[in-house]
Amino acid sequence: MEKNSIHIMETMTGAKALMTAMEKEGVKEVFGLPGGANLPMYDEFSRCDIRHILTRHEQSAAHMADGFGRVSRKPGVCFATSGPGATNILTGIATAQADSSPMIAVTGQVPVAMIGKDAFQESDIIGMANPVVKYAFQPRTPGEVPEMVKKGFYIAETGRPGPVLIDVPKDVQQNESPMEFLEEFKIQGYHPWYDPDMIACEKAIEMLLNSEKPIILAGGGTIISSAFAELQSIAETLMIPVVTTFKGKGAFPENHPLSLGPIGMHGHAEANKMMAEADCVLAIGTRFSDRSVGTFEAFEKRLKIIHMDVDPAEIGKNQTTNLAVVGDVRTSLRVMVKLLLQKAIKKTEDSIWLKHVKETKEYWRENLKIHPGEMGAAKILRKLREVLPKESVITTEVGQHQMWASLFYDVIQPGTFFSSTGLGTMGWGFPASIGAKVARPDVPVVDIAGDGSFSMTENSLATAVLEDIPVIVFVLNNSTLGMVAQWQRTFYDRRMVGVDQGGCPDYVKLAESYGAQGIRAQSMDELDKAIKTAISSDVATVIDIPIDPEEDVLPFVAPGTSLSDMILPS
Amino acid sequence: MWSILSVLVENKPGILFKVTHLFRSRNFNIDSISVGITDNPNYSKMTITTYGDEKQVEQIVKQLDKMIDTVEVKHLDEHKTVFRELCIFKLKIANANDSMEVNKLANAYGGKVHDVKKDSIMVELTSTPDQIKAFEELAKPFGIIDIARTGVTALQRSGA
Repeated sequence: MEKNSIHIMETMTGAKALMTAMEKEGVKEVFGLPGGANLPMYDEFSRCDIRHILTRHEQSAAHMADGFGRVSRKPGVCFATSGPGATNILTGIATAQADSSPMIAVTGQVPVAMIGKDAFQESDIIGMANPVVKYAFQPRTPGEVPEMVKKGFYIAETGRPGPVLIDVPKDVQQNESPMEFLEEFKIQGYHPWYDPDMIACEKAIEMLLNSEKPIILAGGGTIISSAFAELQSIAETLMIPVVTTFKGKGAFPENHPLSLGPIGMHGHAEANKMMAEADCVLAIGTRFSDRSVGTFEAFEKRLKIIHMDVDPAEIGKNQTTNLAVVGDVRTSLRVMVKLLLQKAIKKTEDSIWLKHVKETKEYWRENLKIHPGEMGAAKILRKLREVLPKESVITTEVGQHQMWASLFYDVIQPGTFFSSTGLGTMGWGFPASIGAKVARPDVPVVDIAGDGSFSMTENSLATAVLEDIPVIVFVLNNSTLGMVAQWQRTFYDRRMVGVDQGGCPDYVKLAESYGAQGIRAQSMDELDKAIKTAISSDVATVIDIPIDPEEDVLPFVAPGTSLSDMILPS
Repeated sequence: MWSILSVLVENKPGILFKVTHLFRSRNFNIDSISVGITDNPNYSKMTITTYGDEKQVEQIVKQLDKMIDTVEVKHLDEHKTVFRELCIFKLKIANANDSMEVNKLANAYGGKVHDVKKDSIMVELTSTPDQIKAFEELAKPFGIIDIARTGVTALQRSGA
């Protein structure tokens, strides 16, 4: 008995403790780049089972960890050294925070005694990262390391997920201490879970049943909590059409008869129209961002809003609501599904509203004008959809191609589409696709890219090639910062400034110079072949698809206007 | 709406930075802030006064509550709360009569007089911000040389 009650504490360095603690959390891969201040931790890679995946820039390491985290729903881990290494991951951390993605960022720091002395490669990364992390730790003694890692993973992946920074001074990595790896811990001020609010769930059903034009708005939270089956069950039981935010794209199968697709600045016409006409919305895991809802003022007087979110601070932050359902959205939706079963509520006939919704959808699916050329964006993305297996994972860069993907690439299997939606980080998609492929090596992973955005992190080709991570980069190449160009055409009287990429670089040659496969596709036949070649290839492939630089993304809801006021293709 | 928030936080370095940073990054205003350790050395208590409409204050409370280092956040009802601020004034005086007048004024507001010099006098006042403002108005004619305030600290009344 006595023997059992004694904790056996093993003496080891802080660096070893960090790796051991991460192994206990199930970490198999780390994305990173070494430097002076994180060398003791790097040394541990030589004697542990964690795979280190070297990147060519720390920002890409963070995006890879982010992509890994979104797909696996377990924190992705990235490593960077102190100073510039640490500041380089800030954009990646901020991106993860804006999209509630679980991540652990481990930075080296100058030794404790040097902190505050403006030492070589010293940066106050804790101070800089504070507004863009869910939490940040800086152990000052090696003995603190195991608990901080344990708490860090817990904070990153529970409740509303987010990035956690662990900044480890070099001497804390080097020095030895007896280490205790506890399973139990308490964080007094952190309450990530709320019991489902039964009364609110019941009230929500009542509101939906008593409305004439109900709609479901599924946000990113629906995907984070994997509430796919529950969402579908409620939509089908109550026969309610489903729109999503852009982040929620693919929370609901986009080939489903009740699906209208994403709303927003570049939402589907039918989705924006129906959102603007609805009288009651069940909004699931969304923050009502300006890009999604434009301004609700025009129709919010007759729109009753039920807001379901795991984060109580989201209730009323951007949008006044009629009913709040605080809690994990999957749990809340489950309660609603159960209540519907108990009450034997099941709608079987299309309401007048649903008939109208279906007619509107049909109209826009047939009549939305698309680019007339063979290589118009809509045709290219529909081709990609046609060839790719439905379980394929998509990431996107940021720009026109991203919005075309939103409009024309239908997500069939929920939870297979990821994008930097909140921060809108150009350069995110490619490294994120590498992280996604590490999490899901069994499925094709495609980064739908534009040339401008891909340029920002294209050197991750080295990682994809050297680490055998065969992702596909699908570049809609208009040799332009296309979205900016579109705004200049629309709002600045065609005064084009700073948008021309001048055909540089040649993406086929670029890919080849890294040892990747480069294919140019200039016709639908070539594109079809290129996608098939890329899927069956065991090396990363860049498909370069030249497109018309004048093509706009339409429909377009101008900033600060209502979803019902769309600029449509003429 | 002027609001008093009482925020119990873990007594760790960097928390004051995080709380004030939250106000800045979320576009809220801090009117005053005071911090001190509690009877439990693991916790500090911050008293923050702020201006904002009901929705804004509700958002501030929620955002503070969301912070992992905050243990408890209370929006105090000022009618059910004892709240005080310490203020020290340094006033000009021209003569003995001025000195007497300042003494009287300080007494009327429950203040204490310190550091009486030929041409200046200090008054320590512990009161509500309104009362401090009122005293300040009455002291102005003497000439205010300097002023230092602690910010409000507050405790909810029992049973409130």
